[in-house]
Amino acid sequence: MWGQALGKIAQTLVVLFVVSVASFGLLKLAPGDPIQIMLGSEFSQEAYDSLTAELGLDQPFLAQYADWAVRFVQGDWGTSYVARTDIFTYAFKEALPVTLTLASFSLAFAILIGVPLGVLSAVKKDTAFDAGAAVLALTGTAFPSFLLGILLIWFFAVKMQLFPVMGYVSPWQDFWGGIYHMILPGLTLSTYFIAMITRLTRATLIEVMEQPYIAAARARGEPSWRVIWVHGVRNIAMPLVTILGLQLGVLLQGTVLTETVFNLPGIGQMLTSAVLGREYMVVQAGVMMTATLFIGVNLLVDLSYPVLDPRLRTRK
Amino acid sequence: MKDMATQPILTLSDLSVHRGAAKILDRVTLSLAEGETLALVGESGAGKSTIATALMRLLDGAKVEGTAEMAGAGDLLALPERQMVKLRGRRLSMIFQDAGSALNPSYTVGRQLITVLRRNLGLSKAEARSRAIELFTSVGINDPEGRMTAYPHQLSGGMQQRVMVAIALACNPDLLLADEPTSALDVTIQAQIVRLILAQTRSRGASCIFVLHDLALASQSCDRIVVLYAGQVVEAGPSRDILERHRHPYTKQLKSCVLEIGTKDITAPEGTVPPHSEMPLGCRFATRCPRALPRCAGEAPPLQPARAGADGPLDHQFACWNPE
Amino acid sequence: MSIQTPEAPTTLPPAEPPKKVRTGRRSIFLRRPFFTIALIVAAGYVLAAIFAPYVAPYDPVMQDINAMMQAPSVAHPLGTDSYGQDILSRVIYGARYALIIGLFSVLIGAAGGLVIGLAAGLSGGWVEWVLMRLIDSILALPSLILAVAFIAILGQGVDKVVVAVGLSMIGPFARTVRADVMQVRVQLFVEAATLMSIPYLRVIWRHVLPNVIFPLAVQVTIRISEAILVSSSLSFLGIGVTPPTPDWGLMIAEGRAFVSFAAWMSAMPGFALALLLIALSIVGDGIREEFDPKLRRGA
Repeated sequence: MWGQALGKIAQTLVVLFVVSVASFGLLKLAPGDPIQIMLGSEFSQEAYDSLTAELGLDQPFLAQYADWAVRFVQGDWGTSYVARTDIFTYAFKEALPVTLTLASFSLAFAILIGVPLGVLSAVKKDTAFDAGAAVLALTGTAFPSFLLGILLIWFFAVKMQLFPVMGYVSPWQDFWGGIYHMILPGLTLSTYFIAMITRLTRATLIEVMEQPYIAAARARGEPSWRVIWVHGVRNIAMPLVTILGLQLGVLLQGTVLTETVFNLPGIGQMLTSAVLGREYMVVQAGVMMTATLFIGVNLLVDLSYPVLDPRLRTRK
Repeated sequence: MKDMATQPILTLSDLSVHRGAAKILDRVTLSLAEGETLALVGESGAGKSTIATALMRLLDGAKVEGTAEMAGAGDLLALPERQMVKLRGRRLSMIFQDAGSALNPSYTVGRQLITVLRRNLGLSKAEARSRAIELFTSVGINDPEGRMTAYPHQLSGGMQQRVMVAIALACNPDLLLADEPTSALDVTIQAQIVRLILAQTRSRGASCIFVLHDLALASQSCDRIVVLYAGQVVEAGPSRDILERHRHPYTKQLKSCVLEIGTKDITAPEGTVPPHSEMPLGCRFATRCPRALPRCAGEAPPLQPARAGADGPLDHQFACWNPE
Repeated sequence: MSIQTPEAPTTLPPAEPPKKVRTGRRSIFLRRPFFTIALIVAAGYVLAAIFAPYVAPYDPVMQDINAMMQAPSVAHPLGTDSYGQDILSRVIYGARYALIIGLFSVLIGAAGGLVIGLAAGLSGGWVEWVLMRLIDSILALPSLILAVAFIAILGQGVDKVVVAVGLSMIGPFARTVRADVMQVRVQLFVEAATLMSIPYLRVIWRHVLPNVIFPLAVQVTIRISEAILVSSSLSFLGIGVTPPTPDWGLMIAEGRAFVSFAAWMSAMPGFALALLLIALSIVGDGIREEFDPKLRRGA
């Protein structure tokens, strides 16, 4: 079991390495001369050469990569040319917490709403409720989240004036204010996941409920709520976590759009403004952070299988 | 053999089960005395397991007719679900075919047994735990304390079935339904498990319905045998009568294929059960019967006593126009 | 590896397992009424896109200072935007851009995926290992983030969006192609063909490609909606198609600032996009359930 885990960690590191080479290459491929951008419109050849040497841009690609990688791991991510701020502080300490807060809110919404909806659809299989949930789920998976966000703003913030139109309040500083500001963005981002979890929960629970151990649980005198929630739902945890890990990418790219809709200063906004300002190092930082998050969570998902399904622990 | 004067614990009358157009069980009638063990025997598809599942009211999506009076509980087929929930596991419990898939893979076997004890008997955590260890010991699980924390997949098939027996007997039920409890096990362990279940039910004074496909095993272990064919009772009576003085040709075929097990080649009786859409109007066995008369195809034979004037619970009955 | 799992990142398990046994000879259109309706809707979009100049009442980029931000009326059935452009006309022309961008970027992704997937599936050894890690790495990034990164290099515009979205979709295509190749490879006839010393390229051409192309074509139809969503997302973020191109994502973004008093500016193109995506996803589900042999979940 430990050997397996180590193997997975090693593979993950390989993928991270390839991603880092690729995103470093991205910087090199980018049009425009970074030195020129840094120096502005007027500069001397000496200043140009000295800055090139200072940044190591006269070195071969691999040496430059190694240099960059070492500094990247140390948290030295360079300075934003335009904003003239430290990218690490900007990306890691300011943008990332916003994105993570939004993502975890959405995930919580998705599970708290999606699982019960899916369970109800499975239990009330082939009824009007089930059909209605299926239509909602289909719509939810195909509906573009940024449009939904705008509609939610229009209805709940503008018409009903229930929630703030946009903006971010850190729940670490002002808990209730943070939650208040997160409800509409969280709902926007989680719609796809609510729909997806509903469909998945329904499909897997129907399968689980046909297993002999469910009949056996009923035969022992377990009331139906316990049969469903204790014996049924416990056994869909693994496919659920698997799909959530795989769909984390959708969640991460959804944050980009949701942050733009609601004006939240997260990684998505950072990426978009970096693309518009041609700040490749910031783009690179955003790409690396997203990839690391995605790969890391999937590694956690892989490692969690034995916890979720005892059959995957020590084989006898 | 048990005292013949005891009250029946279960009286099943005219139990019919339909699934869509198919009639899986057709007016099955039988009764079970307190402390008696009864074997339901037949090929797969005869409806043996359906009887057990119908009694537990675990048949989903099927239409069930008839009555099943259980002493002190009422008609099992008509009770509201809430009362059934209270009966299941307490007065009425069931052992499933394949313990490996009938135990929840996500919980330890100890936890599954303790849950039953705590929920059904209201024991405290500590009481339930020591009861559980006692039960594990009594069903022959060695190192019961160590096995409490084992997950079902970590146990052998025989051990899993012993756990199932412990769970089924945890609340001292009046009636135990054992649905082919050994079909998923090695031949060597089969007899052990059957003996264990019988010893445990007898020591508790419980009644037991065994679903089996092996006539020899049934006659060795149970007081009475009911032979089913295509959802109907074709012969019923004391084990010895069924084995030695059977009247129905199908029982004879079952017996002869049992004897062939010794030759290592387990052959089912010749031919197959006709599909529900082509079921003959008369005797359902007519299409395969070596003794079939012209009458058999058109007219269904009623159950009749094998000995004139006898009508006690241990009676030998059969349904055939041209008996052996 | 965690990332190479049977489920494609943005596809869902089907709500119901597909019926393997075809019930009689009834046509797919009768068996799947929703599929048929969705197909008709999608076909409507295609027609609107092709005949946009004949259907649209106005020039989509004609600005009219006298008709700015007008609510839907007889003259402008879907209203006008902040430049006085007719939203109905822009929505109709927008179908052109959406479908063209969607189709071409999926084709780029499928072509790239076919090459990488074939190479990975047929090479074996360390080449396969390296290619697989490459595919893993592409899959480690959500397609929108990848597309943003490519846009950062390529710049903005319709053609750039097509390339960026296409490149970002190579990963899932490469993975499915490789899986198909592996399946074909273990089948006896390819081995037999190799044994008979038939030239390698002919083996690929005659035996491998036919088994890969069909599932790939199914994937292409399914993923068009994803490509449309990603491309309109880029435009919505303001880094995709540039104004005044009548692109739905762009129109939604432009209307966002006026949502409090001119909600139709975002809503109209938004509903056009949502309806197309929902129709395409129903069509995609139907096609997948009918034709995808590997649908067995978890297989």
